[in-house]
Amino acid sequence: MTNHWVDIKNADLVFVMGGNPAEAHPCGFKWAIEAKKTRKAKLVVVDPRFNRTAAVADYYAPIRPGTDIAFFGGIINYLLSNDKIQHEYVKHYTNAAFLIDDGFKFQDGLFSGYDEAKRSYAKDTWKYQIGSDGYAKVDETLQDPRCVFQLMKQHYSRYAPETVQKICGTPKDAFLKVCEYIASTSAPNRTMSYLYALGLTEHSVGSQNIRCMAMIQLLLGNMGMAGGGINALRGHANVQGITDMCAYSQNLPGYLSAPNEGDKDRATYLEKRTPKALRPGQMNFPQNFPKWFTSLCKAWYGNAATKENDFAFDWLPKLGGATDTLAMFHAMFEGKLNGFICQGFNPLASVPNKKKVGDALAKLKYLVVIDPLATDTSEFWKPHGEFNEVDPTKIDTEVFRLPANLFAEHAGTFTNSGRVVQWRWKSADGPGESKEDAEILAALFLKLKAMYAKDGGALPEPILNLTWAYTQPAKPSPEELLREINGKALTDLIDPKDPTKVLFKAGEQLPSFGFLRDDGSTACGNWIYCGTWSQAGNNTAKRDNSDPSGLGQTLNWGYAWPVNRRILYNRASADLAGKPWDPQRTVMKWLGDKWGGNDIPDMAPTAKPEDYVMPFIMTPEGVGRLFSREIMADGPMPEHYEPFESPLDVNPMHPNNPKAKSNPAARVYKSDMEAFGTAKDFPYVATTYRLTEHFHYWTKQSQINAIMQPEQFVEIGEELAKEKGIKAGDKIKVRSNRGFIKGVAVVTKRIKSLEIDGKKVHTVGIPIHYGFKGATKPGFLTNTLTPFVGDANVHTPEYKAFLINIEKV
Amino acid sequence: MQMNRRQFFKVCSAGLGGSSIAMMGFSPNAALAEVRTFKLARATETRNICPYCSVSCGVLIYSTGDKSKNSQSEIIHIEGDPDNPVNRGTLCPKGAGLRDMVQSANRLKWPEVREPGSKEWKRISWNEAIERIAAHMKADRDKNFQAQNKDGVTINRWPTIGALVSSAASNEAGYLTVKTLRALGVTQLDTQARI
Repeated sequence: MTNHWVDIKNADLVFVMGGNPAEAHPCGFKWAIEAKKTRKAKLVVVDPRFNRTAAVADYYAPIRPGTDIAFFGGIINYLLSNDKIQHEYVKHYTNAAFLIDDGFKFQDGLFSGYDEAKRSYAKDTWKYQIGSDGYAKVDETLQDPRCVFQLMKQHYSRYAPETVQKICGTPKDAFLKVCEYIASTSAPNRTMSYLYALGLTEHSVGSQNIRCMAMIQLLLGNMGMAGGGINALRGHANVQGITDMCAYSQNLPGYLSAPNEGDKDRATYLEKRTPKALRPGQMNFPQNFPKWFTSLCKAWYGNAATKENDFAFDWLPKLGGATDTLAMFHAMFEGKLNGFICQGFNPLASVPNKKKVGDALAKLKYLVVIDPLATDTSEFWKPHGEFNEVDPTKIDTEVFRLPANLFAEHAGTFTNSGRVVQWRWKSADGPGESKEDAEILAALFLKLKAMYAKDGGALPEPILNLTWAYTQPAKPSPEELLREINGKALTDLIDPKDPTKVLFKAGEQLPSFGFLRDDGSTACGNWIYCGTWSQAGNNTAKRDNSDPSGLGQTLNWGYAWPVNRRILYNRASADLAGKPWDPQRTVMKWLGDKWGGNDIPDMAPTAKPEDYVMPFIMTPEGVGRLFSREIMADGPMPEHYEPFESPLDVNPMHPNNPKAKSNPAARVYKSDMEAFGTAKDFPYVATTYRLTEHFHYWTKQSQINAIMQPEQFVEIGEELAKEKGIKAGDKIKVRSNRGFIKGVAVVTKRIKSLEIDGKKVHTVGIPIHYGFKGATKPGFLTNTLTPFVGDANVHTPEYKAFLINIEKV
Repeated sequence: MQMNRRQFFKVCSAGLGGSSIAMMGFSPNAALAEVRTFKLARATETRNICPYCSVSCGVLIYSTGDKSKNSQSEIIHIEGDPDNPVNRGTLCPKGAGLRDMVQSANRLKWPEVREPGSKEWKRISWNEAIERIAAHMKADRDKNFQAQNKDGVTINRWPTIGALVSSAASNEAGYLTVKTLRALGVTQLDTQARI
């Protein structure tokens, strides 16, 4: 979230597309209801199902799964052709005025630089024109045909309301009604809070879906505003925190791009990741990258990380090739992995194509499952009737199952979707011999360290030198770990402006990443968490819920990253002169000598408005991007592509170019491409979803939740039910080209058939929560059905739009 | 008058008990049988966060025992934390069932192994589990570790292992997991953020 949960109450319009917070995030959704009650805000929902969020909305419009970009493109077209944008904001705070390279083109559904064999783009034309002064060229009149504004206008002029109806199935008048609501927030003092979840991300165009809404919010001037923003309603209670710690390959903690095979040494590595400002006078905050990275190396390797050894740069493993979940399971399927560690994760249930995942796990030499519960994954080798038909005698994987503790049984922090880091206290010990995750990791690591110390082996140095100054080495405490994550001075830090002054003594905790250095004098495990545990103590444990501004900022409750800022880009909540666009909801304003207001300024505290330092300080251009340059894999402006399994034969936007039917830059493995089904055999669109009584594949282990929603069902519309002779309560079989599941038919008015390009298309809704382990009735894993393909940028699987057939059992 | 939630329960239950007994004609001092007090009045209250969705609702956990050494705590009740500015004491149907999650019949209690080709689990000690896993890991790492790529660039990577890291773990456990995995040379790791 750029904003936070309570801030939703400040909105004039709450727009939900790609989420269902009334059921999936009920206690956060009440802030949308609060906005309706106290501000007379409107709630607008676009979704394939008339879900419970839609049930309390002021307006609902249906959409075919997997066609969001056509809908968003239509909105952008509406805003531009009806002049419903926040002009000053767009001109100064976005890259609308920036000129784009003359070589950049979009033709027949493909951007310039496409390489069909590699299914990827050479992106050398997706860039700004650079002037002789070294800065990007701009045209503030927005008239130059090569400026972003004009290119965007041209690109989205193709998304007329009729086109939206043809692709999405949304009736034109319903689409236009949604546009009117959204356009009303282009007034400088009106805001829209945009809420989305997996309904937007779980597509082969997931990242571009979100890009669309970012563009719309920039055009409307809603970023940085109270009651505005792009608000991801995320999954687990600490999925934000684990993302911040970067428990995934591409980044090191704090979103520091991890080294890869192209980085032969520290200098090359830093050079590539330390951008130069693209416009004069901008903060270009990522220029501090070397300070964050060096401090991380010092946190991990302490005195063993020296200037002479490039601060242990060589000890960091270098990435080569894809390493996301799909890539990993594909490598495992091909027999390229020998071992796998599965901590608090149930991939047999949560990764697409269950058969492939099961076959992959069976090729491992050893699997280590660390979990509080007996998961489906831990028993992938065990026959569970028709739900898991396997022959254990033919599976040679050695499986270890280690009991971990649950939330109530350990202390430490969780970070919520609004980036607020909150301390939790331990209540009781876990059952039996179960241990905390950190303790299990420590046991395993210390054992390996002892073996390497005694016997040597492949590159023992990074193992032997990893900092481990925990009071009880076998049991690092969460307090010690959070202090390490926060960071400290390693030597006395002298004030660069006054050499007689010591800012921090050696060993003192630092209050903010502003004090980190790249010379090895500071250590910090995650720069964005610097401030969580300063010399003042544990700031995440603060529990003062007072709210003097009335905006719900509660600056003394927990600690939000970065630097306790609650609304990102908040400088943009004020005009060029520093006057709030809406003084009733002041987030930030210029006080004559500094920035102040009801948040921590997202700006150099004393940068004068006349210095023209723009609000998007994390970009080298200082402004928000309507054109994303070379950053995305599949284009600098989003374009509609059909899901990989589509009920249509062609992409209606590009009927004559089969290469542009589905995302041309999405990675598809050959065997998975062959496992796609076609509309001839699988005529219905399926979309997976979640129930309010269950959380993923986890609550099926809890008796009360199992009682509330005991059994797998499949939701179909009345019309389809009639066509297939299916009655509510009948057992039905759902097949995709990868397998089948069975469930009880629930026939509803909530999913209507839609007319798409002259063809009637039915959608079927499939809840995901069931499996063969748990307190619920044993059932099939829904991901037996789903295709093994993901988004082109981040490889999030396409769970929300694929093809199936149904029959009565 | 300042009182915390626990004291508030105590005062309320004492007041209720006292007044109703008095109404029946007993002197409070002489009453041997006390009217049943709220169970939570004697419980230890701990602040935590619901582990399910990212609203991350504040919860109050009530457990028996006073956290003294040798006293075994048992969680008897979980409810929303009214002080938390986001959920303000509310919980949804997922969070309202948290006690049943903590006490799930499928909680793992000790390390187990399923040997190759076997049809069942076998209980083992922590020591045996860690030793066997570490032996597998070291043998595989030593055999397959890549110090350099074919162009002579130092890559120091362990290509034959993968890991999935829990989003239900704390930041601190997650950080330690990342730190140790990277130190071992693991590059194939991922989390629920993507799935």
